[in-house]
Amino acid sequence: MPSSVALTVARYRPEMESEPTFQTYEFPFRKDWVVLDALNHVKDSLDGSLSFRWSCRMGVCGSCGMKVNGTPKLTCATFLSDYLPGPIRVEPLDYFPVVRDLVVDLTDFMRKLKQVKPWIIRKEEKAPGDGEYLQTPDQLDTYKQFSMCINCMLCYSACPIYGLEPSFIGPAAIALAQRYNMDSRDEGAAERLKILSEHDGIWQCTFVGECTKVCPKHVDPAGAIQQYKLTGATNWVKSLLLPWGAR
Amino acid sequence: MERITPLLWLLFSAGGTVAALLFPVHFFLTGLAFPLGWLEAPSYEFLHRLLTHLVTRLYLFILISLPLFHWAHRFRYTLYDGLQLKHLTVLIAVLCYGAALVGTAMTAYLLWDIS
Amino acid sequence: MSAEPHYTLYHPRWYRRRVSVWWWLQKRSYTGFVLRELTSVFVAFFAVVYLWQLRALTQGPEAYEQFLARLTTPLFLALDTVAFLFVLFHAITWFNLTPKAMVVRWRGKRVPDWLILGLNYAAWLVLSGAVAFVLLRE
Repeated sequence: MPSSVALTVARYRPEMESEPTFQTYEFPFRKDWVVLDALNHVKDSLDGSLSFRWSCRMGVCGSCGMKVNGTPKLTCATFLSDYLPGPIRVEPLDYFPVVRDLVVDLTDFMRKLKQVKPWIIRKEEKAPGDGEYLQTPDQLDTYKQFSMCINCMLCYSACPIYGLEPSFIGPAAIALAQRYNMDSRDEGAAERLKILSEHDGIWQCTFVGECTKVCPKHVDPAGAIQQYKLTGATNWVKSLLLPWGAR
Repeated sequence: MERITPLLWLLFSAGGTVAALLFPVHFFLTGLAFPLGWLEAPSYEFLHRLLTHLVTRLYLFILISLPLFHWAHRFRYTLYDGLQLKHLTVLIAVLCYGAALVGTAMTAYLLWDIS
Repeated sequence: MSAEPHYTLYHPRWYRRRVSVWWWLQKRSYTGFVLRELTSVFVAFFAVVYLWQLRALTQGPEAYEQFLARLTTPLFLALDTVAFLFVLFHAITWFNLTPKAMVVRWRGKRVPDWLILGLNYAAWLVLSGAVAFVLLRE
């Protein structure tokens, strides 16, 4: 175990520079530290100007997503000891505009998430007095995996299509749309299909599969998108053959 | 173009499945085993007799046309994304799907005409 | 700090990195993805070869002999070897992706991925055997 380790961090201060630069910090190595601990140590003891987002430090809030040695990761779940001897390169997530240092702007995703209507849509809500909606464990199983998404944006940062085509609606948005489409309580699949079958919807995806690789919660957005393509195509055929059928 | 994307994707999927399941054996035989003499190539008469059956003609139609559409769809996206040729997107689409249509038409014409 | 800081009054100057045209060379998994997509070219190549064979068959025995002779030339043997490897790569990657794209539910439970994969490979074997049987029957 080395006595010290270095972190090479991307800095970007818009008031001072027009391009990002790198700054290296060296500090004592602790084998139980994650990259987030190291960043907090840098901010507390070495350079208070370093900006980054973090919150729960246990992999459920999705705030601390950054690139570690080129791969999008949750820094609260990335151990320094896996990257020895270093220096470890920490950069902001790809394909999002960098606001400052390691902070990126996520407005684009927030807008797209709203577009897919990630809530239960029903023609008629049950009154509270009528009781709960019942769901079997098998029905829960059909969408549970997609409900694990913590909106950490690692998938967007890994998706080359999102990088090349910023209007692409993206893996997490589609996975979350599927989470509600597959929910037995939901009746809004047709509404979501309209938005997602546009040019920048599911058809932009070419199944690179990087999104599933980097997802820390094993949501498998790539699988969700391919399944949705099949559903979308089947619906299209049905609407062609049975145009009078109200779905 | 947008409204037929599901159809193009279905053709791509069907073509990919046909290519994955059937091309390895056909390609191994026709491209390697027969020319290299590992196995004896079927004679002209034998193949011609096979072609008189409707089933064979349908099989060959699917074997040739669907993978062409698979290529057209996949190659179109590869050029669009890989080489960032966004400004040529209409031209690329026309060339790719057009080529697949031409190939399909030729196949249909040849299969129709067997004496 | 040597530069004099100047603050934009209302909106920070975001930095947007441009995606290089060589993006697919920057990561091994991206390069693998592009190679996978390029298998479609070799799939089309073989479809055209088969179309060519079909045409030769409709033109008569001499044309068919000419076609067979052309396939034994070193150029075509080399092309065919490379193309065959790419077609195999297509088949393997296609089967590996099928369980993710097609979720089959049987009696309420999701059919496991290894079973879908196994069924695909089984179908591959059965169909290959059937084709070989038909073509080698003489």
